[in-house]
Amino acid sequence: MSVATETLQAPPSVHVEDKGLWSWLTTVDHKRIGILYFVTSFFFFFVGGFEALLIRIQLMQPESAFISAETYNQMFTMHGTTMIFLVAMPMAVAFFNYLVPLQIGARDVAFPRLNALSYWIFLFGALYLNSSFFFGAAPNTSWVGYANLTSLQYSPGRNVEFWVLGLSILGVSSLLGGINFITTIINLRAPGMKLMRMPLFTWMTLVTSFLLVTAIPVIAVALILLGFDRFFGANFFEVTAGGDPILWQHLFWLFGHPEVYILILPAFGIISDVIPTFSRKPLFGYPVVVYAGILIGFIGWGVWSHHMFTVGLGPIADSFFVASTMIIAIPTGIKIFNWLATMWGGSLRFPTAMLFSVGVVAVFTVGGLSGIMHASAPVDLQQHDSYFVVAHFHYVLVGGAIMGLFSGLYFWFPKVTGKLMNETIGKWHFWTTFVGFNLTFFPMHFSGLFGMPRRTWTYQAELNLEIWNLLSTVGAFIFGVASLLLVWNIIHSLRKGEESPPNPWEASSLEWSLPSPPEHYNFPKLPEIRQRDPLWDERERQQIETRTLEEPEEEPEMPSPSFWPFLVALGVALTWGLVMTGIWWVPLLGVAFTAFTVFGWAFQPAFRSNAHTGNA
Amino acid sequence: MAQAAAVADEHHYTSTGLDSWKVGFWTFIGSECLFFATLISTYMVYKGKSLVGPFPEEILDIPLTTISTFILLMSSLAMVLALDGIRRGSKKLTLVWLGAVILLGTTFLGFQVYEFNHFVHEGLTLGTNVFASSFYVLTGFHGAHVTVGVIWLLTLWILAARGRLASGDSMKVEVAGLYWHFVDVVWIVIFTLVYLIQ
Repeated sequence: MSVATETLQAPPSVHVEDKGLWSWLTTVDHKRIGILYFVTSFFFFFVGGFEALLIRIQLMQPESAFISAETYNQMFTMHGTTMIFLVAMPMAVAFFNYLVPLQIGARDVAFPRLNALSYWIFLFGALYLNSSFFFGAAPNTSWVGYANLTSLQYSPGRNVEFWVLGLSILGVSSLLGGINFITTIINLRAPGMKLMRMPLFTWMTLVTSFLLVTAIPVIAVALILLGFDRFFGANFFEVTAGGDPILWQHLFWLFGHPEVYILILPAFGIISDVIPTFSRKPLFGYPVVVYAGILIGFIGWGVWSHHMFTVGLGPIADSFFVASTMIIAIPTGIKIFNWLATMWGGSLRFPTAMLFSVGVVAVFTVGGLSGIMHASAPVDLQQHDSYFVVAHFHYVLVGGAIMGLFSGLYFWFPKVTGKLMNETIGKWHFWTTFVGFNLTFFPMHFSGLFGMPRRTWTYQAELNLEIWNLLSTVGAFIFGVASLLLVWNIIHSLRKGEESPPNPWEASSLEWSLPSPPEHYNFPKLPEIRQRDPLWDERERQQIETRTLEEPEEEPEMPSPSFWPFLVALGVALTWGLVMTGIWWVPLLGVAFTAFTVFGWAFQPAFRSNAHTGNA
Repeated sequence: MAQAAAVADEHHYTSTGLDSWKVGFWTFIGSECLFFATLISTYMVYKGKSLVGPFPEEILDIPLTTISTFILLMSSLAMVLALDGIRRGSKKLTLVWLGAVILLGTTFLGFQVYEFNHFVHEGLTLGTNVFASSFYVLTGFHGAHVTVGVIWLLTLWILAARGRLASGDSMKVEVAGLYWHFVDVVWIVIFTLVYLIQ
């Protein structure tokens, strides 16, 4: 053993497993970047949750003045923006990062340094957006930022600027991530890993990445138009000059609806991997689940105006979007039936990961049904901008996306950390979450139908909305406590958790053939895949494990760490920060710095062995 | 068997046999299509919605822009020849044709600078009307793309001149070429929809 270790350290290409801060700043390892994504998004989960609790305290009683109307506006805007762009999306990306290369049998993503860049840009964008609090100018025009509320006339402060610039930084990160994962999945599958042999999580990552790559440029343009209006006096949304605020709504929702599927499809992917594992059955109707996911991606592009039924687009447009919205329920329903059929007749086990997955199936279905209700334009006219809609999208996004991500956390935690998560705390976490969640959002259906408007600071006592709001607030606090249980569980399991074997759940996909946690190079030799669910076939499992568990004679060469991604991201954030000055040439300093770092990057070889000089 | 051989050469193995740079770049171009489609749609939505002049039919100079369009299209031809040059391993051809692309691209940008300058003197600034806003932002972002392309190609030209761009690096020129051709194709759409069909 010791001889082997010594020889391993001899060649210059061997990666030294660093642990310090510098190693995290310069890492290009998809697993470490995944962990960075998770920790960051998990932090912002509590930031967004704190904002939600302030909202709930304010609404607990009628005519309350716990926080001011202006603070309230900032809270619901930042709550929505944070939970979508800084929690649900990046937490899904954390899973993409960690798992996709492992699931398809690759050593890393296609562009490891670009991957690091995505993370750093995301981090700086998130800090940028939240730095607005220190200037007392947090965005306050809601996460949809409708024109012309966002015009200089109606929003003279810096609030909208922080929102426009912050979101556009985050968009760059998502776009680069999408490109990276599409390329990785298309191009870096191990021999024999055909598309229709990929785990569902990887499939949904692929569909999500396509949605990212196509939807992000649309919101980018919308933000550019708004930015030009505000900074340079253009008049895209200036009614007095012929501008049309409805254009903003179209562009926003043209992005915004695919975005909804960007948020939910990763969770669908996760539970499509979790449910078969704990049913000990292959996923029922694998190809149909895949096609349904692709179909959701496609139809997701044709339903955006169901957010705009109250605009008055006319009967033809409304009818089209009613129909397309109802049609998209079909592939979604197919998936739900496939999950149920997978469980049917299986030998079921219910560790916390499975509880969360089954919870998603149940709760998401509730949200899906209320979705079909306001797919109908006349019904939507009654429900639009009421708490009924708030109930609906929290059922699909918290009950679907967030709980799905929690399921994935419990499922893959042993793989990432080498420790099993504590099941007792886990079950407490699940049940308090489940109760807290339903108690928060189910009453909102009623308060909404009884006339409680969204995004409104307070309400009158005569409306008799008090009991529903009180229930929601109590539920929100239970949910808050539940989330602290998760933190406790993570810390407890990291410190005292049992060691995990490579495949603690007896799952079927490739990542479980690797040690927990995997080596930095993932696969000593690239595995060969001959079927779906390869680890459930004894002969295949042995064949694969000879390639995944054996110590290599020579470690595969991995891309070298690089500090350039961090610097490029810094340049991007700097440029956007300088735009705030409002002087047109000042941001060019940031552009110059970014260009310098891009060149530094381009001339640094990706692999150390290609280097002319040993620049680590 | 072929697969086993591929595994042996792990650094270059890809599932599709295509270089990852190419796959990634095509994906990026797909994204850029949506970017320009949104900008062009914005222009089309605001067509004829300006309340005050100057209006497009009063100010757009079709003959002049036809010349700059022709120049940009010729740069695509030069790009193809530059790629051919590096594939043949000819430093001279690579330098000549890459240089031609850079020159033609810069000339196109010069036309655009002249055009913008001229329009501003005619009283068409960004905030004049919705035509001005959508026109400047659309063509401005296209111009920014051409500028990035010129800088990229200039970098490759300097590398080639120093002998650091061998025929094995033809992928670098090919990907830059993909970008360049894409930017040209976008211009054809813009030229047609903005200038020709008024």
